[in-house]
Amino acid sequence: MTRRFTASLAIAFLGLLILFDSATADLNPYKAPPLLALGSGAAASGGFCGAMPE
Amino acid sequence: MTVAVAEPSGSWGARRGLIVLAALGLVLAVALLAGARYGLLLAIGLGFGLVLEGLRFGFAGPWRAMILRRDPSGILAQLLAIAVVALVAFPLLSGASGEVVGAAAPIGWAMAGGAFVFGAAMQVVLGCGSGTLVNAGSGNPVSLLALPFFAIGSFLGAYGLIWWTDLGALPILTLTGTSGLAVTLVLLAAVAGLLLMLAAPGTRHVPRRLVIAALLLAALAIGNLVVAGQPWGVVYGLGLWGAKGAVALGADLSGSAFWAAPGNAGRLEASVLTDVTSLTNIGIITGAFLVACWRRGGLSQPLPKLPARAWAATIVAGLLLGYSARLAFGCNVGAFFSGISTGSLHGWVWFAMAFAGACVGVRLRPILGLEPRP
Repeated sequence: MTRRFTASLAIAFLGLLILFDSATADLNPYKAPPLLALGSGAAASGGFCGAMPE
Repeated sequence: MTVAVAEPSGSWGARRGLIVLAALGLVLAVALLAGARYGLLLAIGLGFGLVLEGLRFGFAGPWRAMILRRDPSGILAQLLAIAVVALVAFPLLSGASGEVVGAAAPIGWAMAGGAFVFGAAMQVVLGCGSGTLVNAGSGNPVSLLALPFFAIGSFLGAYGLIWWTDLGALPILTLTGTSGLAVTLVLLAAVAGLLLMLAAPGTRHVPRRLVIAALLLAALAIGNLVVAGQPWGVVYGLGLWGAKGAVALGADLSGSAFWAAPGNAGRLEASVLTDVTSLTNIGIITGAFLVACWRRGGLSQPLPKLPARAWAATIVAGLLLGYSARLAFGCNVGAFFSGISTGSLHGWVWFAMAFAGACVGVRLRPILGLEPRP
């Protein structure tokens, strides 16, 4: 068995994650934020490992 | 007996063309389905994966090289990348209050202890936050096994984060403005000087490949900051995947101050394709996979035969990587790379504690069966 098998498993894991997620959460590109946060005037609101819960 | 069959160069070229098309197609699909910003963040994540795997730039490996062989070249490249990001990030953070934020986090007992444990665990599996993603994408079975446990550990660490920070933490301390940038650059230069002083003869140079990789990583990290409004991170996204899995299995997260907080609860209900760190994580794994497909023989390496205790150690180390990274407010990326480059003093404490942990981890690795004993 080679790395071809394990690398394929990693991609399959991602595929399953996105497939499962798309079944439980909707996407709407018309509600997406501006392309760039810098200059958008909107406060940064993404989840980050350093941030305390807000 | 194995027989090597040379693949015609024409079919190899077609395969590489397909790889480029696949990457572009993924970015376009996310941009159309979720929005242009999210497509761009996936592209940045792919860039991270391509650079880290393609130019073999890492974090755990260079720390190991310094500890065991006194070879500082890889860490010097890391410090170069951090310095370049800092040169752009400090003015951005000063001038664009609110739109762009740094990786600021408090220093505390749990934070310092978490960094120590992370440093040890990353040497056991020889994969840090970004390294585990890259290695999993390129087919390393140890990292592939560690990855889901990293996500579970990150979810659990976030679940009880407030209990840990209540053990004692300072207010958030940051270096800002021109003076903050100057202090950061002097400290980076001082660390580089110390490493050069301790270096073994013949190792006091940074290979061109690593310099190029450091500059490309810095450009991508700055892009991450400008597009997302926050620095490059890894662990939050993995914890979110773990939390989504827990909710799918029926777990009630309303008892967690972290996961029940409005921002995190909202992200739990939203798609991972709209979460900044999830997108860059997906990009890193996919980018590393594409590089492995691109290289001739990149996926033909046989899987290692490791003893059972090595696989058990990998599971435990994966859990510890995720859990400790949450307590430490980030991994080598979110705390060390992004923390220092955006002025958070917790990044410096993380560096010192994680390096001390790494010194323990390199000694644990052979004992746990992940490499032959010396």
